[in-house]
Amino acid sequence: MDNRDQDRIRDFSRRTLLMGAGQVGLFGALAARLYHLQVIHGQRYTTLAEENRINLRLLPPSRGRIFDRFGTLIATNQLNYRVLFTAEVSPDLGRTLDRLAQLIPLSEGDRARILREVKQRSGFVPITVREFLSWDEVARIEVNSLLLPGISIEVGERRDYPLGSDAAHVLGYVAAVSPQDLTGDPLLELPGFRIGKSGIERQFDLPMRGRAGASQLEVNSVGRVIRELERREGQPGRELVLTVDAELQRFAAKRLGEDSGAVVVIDVAKGEILALASQPAFEPNSFVSGIEASYWRELTRNERKPLNNKAIGGEFAPGSTFKMVVAMAALEAGIIDPDTTFFCKGKVTLGDAEFNCWRKGGHGPVSVVRGLRESCDVFFYVTAKRVGVDRIAEMARRLGFGDRVGIDMPGERPGLIPTMAWKKATQKESWALGETLIAGIGQGYITVTPLQLAVMAARLANGGHAIVPHICRDQADERTLKDREAVLPPKIGFTEKNLAVVLQGMAEVMQHRSGTAYRSRIAEVGKEMAGKTGTSQVRRITRSERATGVIANDKLEWHLRDHAVFVGFAPIAAPRYAIAVLVEHGGGGSTTAAPIAKDVMLKCLERDPIAHAPSAALATTTSTPRTEG
Amino acid sequence: MSGLAKFAQREFGIGEKLWHFSWGLLVLLTLIAAVGIALLYSAADGSITPWAARQAARFVVGVLLLGIIALVDPRFWFRWAYVGYGGALGLLVLVELMGAIGMGAQRWIDLGIIQLQPSEIMKVAVVVALARYFHGVTPETAGNPFILTPPLLMVLMPVALVAKQPDLGTAVVLLAAGGAIFFLGGVRLWMFGVVIGAGAAAVPMVWGLLHDYQRRRVLTFLDPESDPLGAGYHTLQAKIALGSGGISGKGFLMGTQSHLNFIPEKQTDFIFTILAEEFGLIGSLTLLGLYLLVIAYGMVIALRSRNQFGRLLGLGLVTTFFLYVFINVGMVMGLLPIVGVPLPLISYGGTSMLTILAGFGLIIGVSINRNLILNKQGETVG
Repeated sequence: MDNRDQDRIRDFSRRTLLMGAGQVGLFGALAARLYHLQVIHGQRYTTLAEENRINLRLLPPSRGRIFDRFGTLIATNQLNYRVLFTAEVSPDLGRTLDRLAQLIPLSEGDRARILREVKQRSGFVPITVREFLSWDEVARIEVNSLLLPGISIEVGERRDYPLGSDAAHVLGYVAAVSPQDLTGDPLLELPGFRIGKSGIERQFDLPMRGRAGASQLEVNSVGRVIRELERREGQPGRELVLTVDAELQRFAAKRLGEDSGAVVVIDVAKGEILALASQPAFEPNSFVSGIEASYWRELTRNERKPLNNKAIGGEFAPGSTFKMVVAMAALEAGIIDPDTTFFCKGKVTLGDAEFNCWRKGGHGPVSVVRGLRESCDVFFYVTAKRVGVDRIAEMARRLGFGDRVGIDMPGERPGLIPTMAWKKATQKESWALGETLIAGIGQGYITVTPLQLAVMAARLANGGHAIVPHICRDQADERTLKDREAVLPPKIGFTEKNLAVVLQGMAEVMQHRSGTAYRSRIAEVGKEMAGKTGTSQVRRITRSERATGVIANDKLEWHLRDHAVFVGFAPIAAPRYAIAVLVEHGGGGSTTAAPIAKDVMLKCLERDPIAHAPSAALATTTSTPRTEG
Repeated sequence: MSGLAKFAQREFGIGEKLWHFSWGLLVLLTLIAAVGIALLYSAADGSITPWAARQAARFVVGVLLLGIIALVDPRFWFRWAYVGYGGALGLLVLVELMGAIGMGAQRWIDLGIIQLQPSEIMKVAVVVALARYFHGVTPETAGNPFILTPPLLMVLMPVALVAKQPDLGTAVVLLAAGGAIFFLGGVRLWMFGVVIGAGAAAVPMVWGLLHDYQRRRVLTFLDPESDPLGAGYHTLQAKIALGSGGISGKGFLMGTQSHLNFIPEKQTDFIFTILAEEFGLIGSLTLLGLYLLVIAYGMVIALRSRNQFGRLLGLGLVTTFFLYVFINVGMVMGLLPIVGVPLPLISYGGTSMLTILAGFGLIIGVSINRNLILNKQGETVG
């Protein structure tokens, strides 16, 4: 071997060593990088890996059920069978759907939607084909499941209202979450989740929702579920017990029937609402599954406004049912006493204005009891004029008018009780004396809700206790059920004697031959009813019309007819329930509203679990019927 | 001296050849391949199908090939070096033409039994050819540009063809391996300086020639987190897999990243992530250690060879092997752009396994015949 070759080998070895060192160095860099990733940042990447693979899925909680006062379910959750379709399992979507369509009805629209969703989503995401299957349909699909690759059935829950439209305005309904309802709560973003949109469902929506459970799922990079790692069950929503009596509620709604109006029944001692009907109503179950456009149109276009809860949100002139307020105001102010009489000759004149009594010929001499019994307008024109509108307004407020009474339901309206200051502030005009006369018979600016009317009747009937109506029973109520007296709220502060006079007048309305609601009396001993009719005018009757004869209600268009109003309570001897009935454009209070009130009250008393002794005091005082007019 | 020469002159019988066979190297290669088979078993969620079993069979075939090649006299390879290179180049052109004629961009030729990747064959062929060429280059001639032009073309022609496929990884490996042989062949260091300088100057031009997806890969390599769901997804998910392995790993078959398919190509280019995730830093360093041992073993064989052809052949092949490992692991770790280079002996793939083992067959052949002295023409000198 020559030197040249030796040199060449030495040079080669040197360069090899250099290259080897370089390679070891680069491997060192790899090792350093590994150390950096796995040791220094290991924790961070471990967290990232966990987040990668773990998918938190919410388990929707069961919505709290609602019971009536006797434990009848009035809002419940039913199993909702859904057909789901998972595209990746099915080789031929079209054929599967064809076969499915032979088993359950499947519209062209459904098909188009399914095909669209299949294209939009990953193949393993189940698509809802149809919801709310009947048991028959479920069975048909299960039997044929081998022929339906990709089709599966899932069970969820749907809200169900057994009373249907009869309790629609009390319970309200649940429906899909709309964008403005979103609060950031992920529960609201679950597909198919529903929240309370009106009524009790809305008022107690949060406690009834419950707490969502969660399921930790291991998923792969495209989101397919590999297995469940952990499951935390949710908490079902709170169950509610209402003060409503389902049977009475249904009866009241049916009794109103197609009439547009409201019935409110209230426990006079506790303020518990036993029935709160508003007609016409809507079918709440049709909102749960997404309302159909045609039904929605029908509801919104109906002039009788089926979507409005008239019992708490309808504001009407109370008409003659307001006369108790005027009578109490005058008696308490000492302006009249039980023996004060005014002479009714059919009308009163004030300046050149005439104020007519409903009875053209007049009543003759009228005391406060007779004024209530026969609803003499002249007596109350004169009384109102003497008491003044502001004292009437004060009494009205004490009896529950002029502001929301605070029922635990959404949608309550305040109504309106005018005062001189109110008119000055809002109309920029001074109060006219004539307006006081009009107020005396519950017309003019005054508006009230049927709920307020029932509260007034209750506050009079319970001896002047300021009960507040409520519809949801809470724990406190259960405790005091045995101890009724203890729950009576503070007295408003009426003189017992004056109150007795007004109650006497109300009793005679139904028990006295000449009472305006005598025909609707309850004859059964121990269940006698007291009340007051009202007919509130919605149009102005001109002097010329009055001269030629007032047009009869049934000749008028529906929206021009009078409202029929009635308030009452029973039994007279030991009052337990108060009632208010309003029939919009229903004609006369005595002919339309009083019979409804009687029927509902009788039903209510029949269902009263507490038996009561026959009355002695009030009922017997009206035993001498007189014939009048 | 004469005794030694005489010993060098003597032709070995098959028994002696087996006696001088580098059994240690084969053991190391088997260990690495075993790791690879285990990882493929894990990649298939604990199943020998579809990858682990086939990979094991290929390894057995590859070892037989290695044995046959190792037992062939190096002078045979010397003689056929240029022919082999020409053949490989021809195949590369053929693949290119097939693509142009309309069979789509293809990197392989379907032979029925196996799919032949000419670029893989070229990795070995170019080293053999360059080793033969530089075997005849003396230190005096090593600075002569005319002498250096043919080998330069020998490297650049396949690099251009492979890069056009486009297979950036193989092109880089070919270029770097060629450069290593130039370096070891005695080319002056300043000449490398000039070439590297020129190369840097050509970067903007090369950038213009790159495919869109190649550019995107380079860009996302520079900042992978800028687009975590797009092009940077692979790099980021690979880093998460590596990092979450920690020091000791999540345990065999327990890796979440790979089993839940967050890692694309987990059985081929990204298989290192399974190792790093399931066996942690300890497992990763162990494998790198095995690779380093193989490389060191190969270098020692090359250094002990008494002919320049053997030295260059051994080192060129070992360097190619090193480049595979470094580029693959570097790209999985986010140190290098994702260029599609398999992890030798571990990534699932037939041609790569066979060419690597064939390369080691040549290295072992150099070892067996280390005392052979060849003249410029590749003939035994007395």
